[in-house]
Amino acid sequence: MGAGHAHRLYRHAHSPVHALPPHTKLAAVLAFVVVVVSTPRTAMWAFGLYAVLLACVAHQARVPASFVLRRLLIEVPFVAFAVLLPFVAQGERVDVLGLSLSVNGLWGAWNVLAKGTLGVAASVLLAATTELRELLLGLQRLRLPPLLVQIASFMIRYGDVITDEMRRMRIARESRGFEARGVRHWGVLAKSAGALFIRSYERGERVHLAMVSRGYDGSMPVIDEVTASRAQWTRALALPSSALVVCLLGWVL
Amino acid sequence: MHVPDGFIDAPTSAVTGLVAAGALAVSLRGARRELDERTAPLAGLVAAFIFAVQMLNFPVAAGTSGHLLGGALAAILVGPCTGVLCVSVVLLMQGILFADGGLTALGVNITDMALVTTVVAYVVFRGLVKVLPRGRRSVTAAAFVAALLSVPAAAVAFTLLYAVGGTTDVAIGKVATAMIGVHVLIGLGEAAITALTVGAVIAVRPDLVYGARGLRQRLKLRVNGELVDAPASAPVPVAARTSRRALWITGLAASVVLAGFVSFYASADPDGLEKVAHDHGIDAKAEEHAAAGSPLADYGVRDVSDARLSGGLAGVIGVGATVAAGSGVFWAVRRRRTGAPSEAR
Amino acid sequence: MGPVTAAASLEVSGLAFAYPDGHQALFGVDFSIGRGERVALLGPNGAGKTTLVLHLNGILSGGAGTVTVAGLPVGKRHMAEIRRRVGIVFQDPDDQLFMPTVREDVAFGPAAAGLKGAELDARVRAALDQVGMAGFAERPPHHLSFGQRRRVAVATVLAMEPEILVLDEPSSNLDPASRRELADILRSLDVTVLMVTHDLPYALELCPRALILSDGTIAADGPTGQLLADEGLMRAHRLELPFGFDPRAATAGRQEV
Repeated sequence: MGAGHAHRLYRHAHSPVHALPPHTKLAAVLAFVVVVVSTPRTAMWAFGLYAVLLACVAHQARVPASFVLRRLLIEVPFVAFAVLLPFVAQGERVDVLGLSLSVNGLWGAWNVLAKGTLGVAASVLLAATTELRELLLGLQRLRLPPLLVQIASFMIRYGDVITDEMRRMRIARESRGFEARGVRHWGVLAKSAGALFIRSYERGERVHLAMVSRGYDGSMPVIDEVTASRAQWTRALALPSSALVVCLLGWVL
Repeated sequence: MHVPDGFIDAPTSAVTGLVAAGALAVSLRGARRELDERTAPLAGLVAAFIFAVQMLNFPVAAGTSGHLLGGALAAILVGPCTGVLCVSVVLLMQGILFADGGLTALGVNITDMALVTTVVAYVVFRGLVKVLPRGRRSVTAAAFVAALLSVPAAAVAFTLLYAVGGTTDVAIGKVATAMIGVHVLIGLGEAAITALTVGAVIAVRPDLVYGARGLRQRLKLRVNGELVDAPASAPVPVAARTSRRALWITGLAASVVLAGFVSFYASADPDGLEKVAHDHGIDAKAEEHAAAGSPLADYGVRDVSDARLSGGLAGVIGVGATVAAGSGVFWAVRRRRTGAPSEAR
Repeated sequence: MGPVTAAASLEVSGLAFAYPDGHQALFGVDFSIGRGERVALLGPNGAGKTTLVLHLNGILSGGAGTVTVAGLPVGKRHMAEIRRRVGIVFQDPDDQLFMPTVREDVAFGPAAAGLKGAELDARVRAALDQVGMAGFAERPPHHLSFGQRRRVAVATVLAMEPEILVLDEPSSNLDPASRRELADILRSLDVTVLMVTHDLPYALELCPRALILSDGTIAADGPTGQLLADEGLMRAHRLELPFGFDPRAATAGRQEV
């Protein structure tokens, strides 16, 4: 029960980055990642500069480096994939420490690693400085279909409730001496999953009743309106704009 | 299988982004048709369910475990449109909140994991339910095959995307072998879990299984001591009815193409498959969700784990599964042929 | 039977209803609740209590009979107004609190009715004050205790300034302290209350009048203490008092609630 506030990805602080309106941050991160992805992979220095830019943002937001680095672990499966690339890619090969590696594959691995890592780091910073609630408001402001935002907010609201139900079911199973050890026990687990679905669906129906009882007619009433001033937009877009400069240099040089 | 930034080049990402946006627009409308103004709460809760169930560990053997991807399950339980919507929302939130899957790769991820998986699963499922004898067991069997095929189908889609917009020149055959081989294995797990789960739901609340709506008994009225069919109160899902044949043919074609694809590579390059299954032990990750507090908090890196199955075994199972699926479809066709006249109304 | 004032808050007459699957839950329900009354609706499981509640704001309809809220018939024509006037507090507060923060949840109803800005804020604040939850406005509902969530659920409905407050099992899952707090809140409110419950002592404590719904009809209507003291009636409708609880002794010491 004692779950902390919001999610652990969010770091509460009062920094200039935290204070920016959510939709400006979302737009900035998206633009930044697009710029990064469009950078030629041979401009290695450009990626270094991007990393420096992100480090500046992290510093502004008072997010410690160790926090970002730990969250980067989410990337591991694809790092493994990237490591494979030099071995399997085609084309001209070079010998490194007695291993025959594909030049193209090495570039490919670098490309995936550099861009993927920068993308993850940018998203981690976004999540670390923006509360869930705000993210949803930001998505709404960025003209995502309202229905989609509603679905997302219900998912966030009930994610905890349902996972909690799942945990209680597991405790109930274990209290009766059941422990899933192998494929033989899948049937029992799947029954739990089925029961969880039924509970989720029925809860959805009850939530709908509760909403209708309070005058819901298919569209959410607007309760909070987030707005951003020109100055805030400028600050938020400083990151992708400087990245864009780097990217253009990367193409020119 | 969440694709990160930089894996697929910018133009392809943009195009898949458009595809994903289009698919979302269509499924938003479709979901509204399926659920009317209940869409938001119901789809939201189903998305939360998928999110939660992805954390349910299914132990494979000592120490390793896998989990559900959920696309096929969503399609069968709540219908293709709502299914696409729910899985997409889960992916969107994973991308934004957990940096799981790149933001520029959202289009790729949605196309691949929300659209292809769900649609293939639903088409195959619907097709099989139509041709198999009516009953719960058929629904479970259909769910198995649908989930089994949906995962390698996503792998095929990914391979195609990679062929078009991959940022590294890897022989496309190798990518295909790797992706499909591994995903046939993952598909087996997915299939078993999906089928069992659908079976569990259908045993208790058959009315909640969208894909099996046609199986409900007609209501009876007692008129002058005789039982009479009640006028159909709930309209039979129209789309499913009119496009039954189209659905069925597409499903068959998809299965055959898939089966062909997998067996081709499996037989032409068994070493490759073996190697990949081995290498992709990297895909494996043991994890611990256990009793941690918030699901959002202990969201970790996860993927299916299967390091234990050696390459050779993998190849055998892969081919075997494909053959089984293929013959299942074949058998189904035969059945349909023979059963057609009696079923025609 | 019961005292019916000129402007009844709720009037139900001849209400019968069968579900689409053929199961008939209500077989002609008649009763009337005057403005400002607090009435308990008692009945065993499966008596049709929930079905009845869902008729009060038009979520279920299509059977025979009528429901009138403050003179307004429940029906398609006035649905929005009816839903504003009838505030239902559901049994599981998690179902009722679906918005990300307490404040937004309380604001949902009035905002759906078109309220905006300062007026909306004032309404939310007032409703939260009434249930003593003003300090929790910015908290997400799932971080509150069960009793707090139930109180917020009451606030979400109060914010709509309803004519009648309908509570479905308000005391379920509450510890004794939360139970008493909720009772204090309900007593302090100046609205008509219909309380659906199994909790007979709670009904006796809060509601001077009670209805017994059994097999889809109103089987009894009268002062709560009197009904609870009628052992034959209670037994006939599967209603049981907690061990050692004597309704006569409980009401003996006081005149009126």
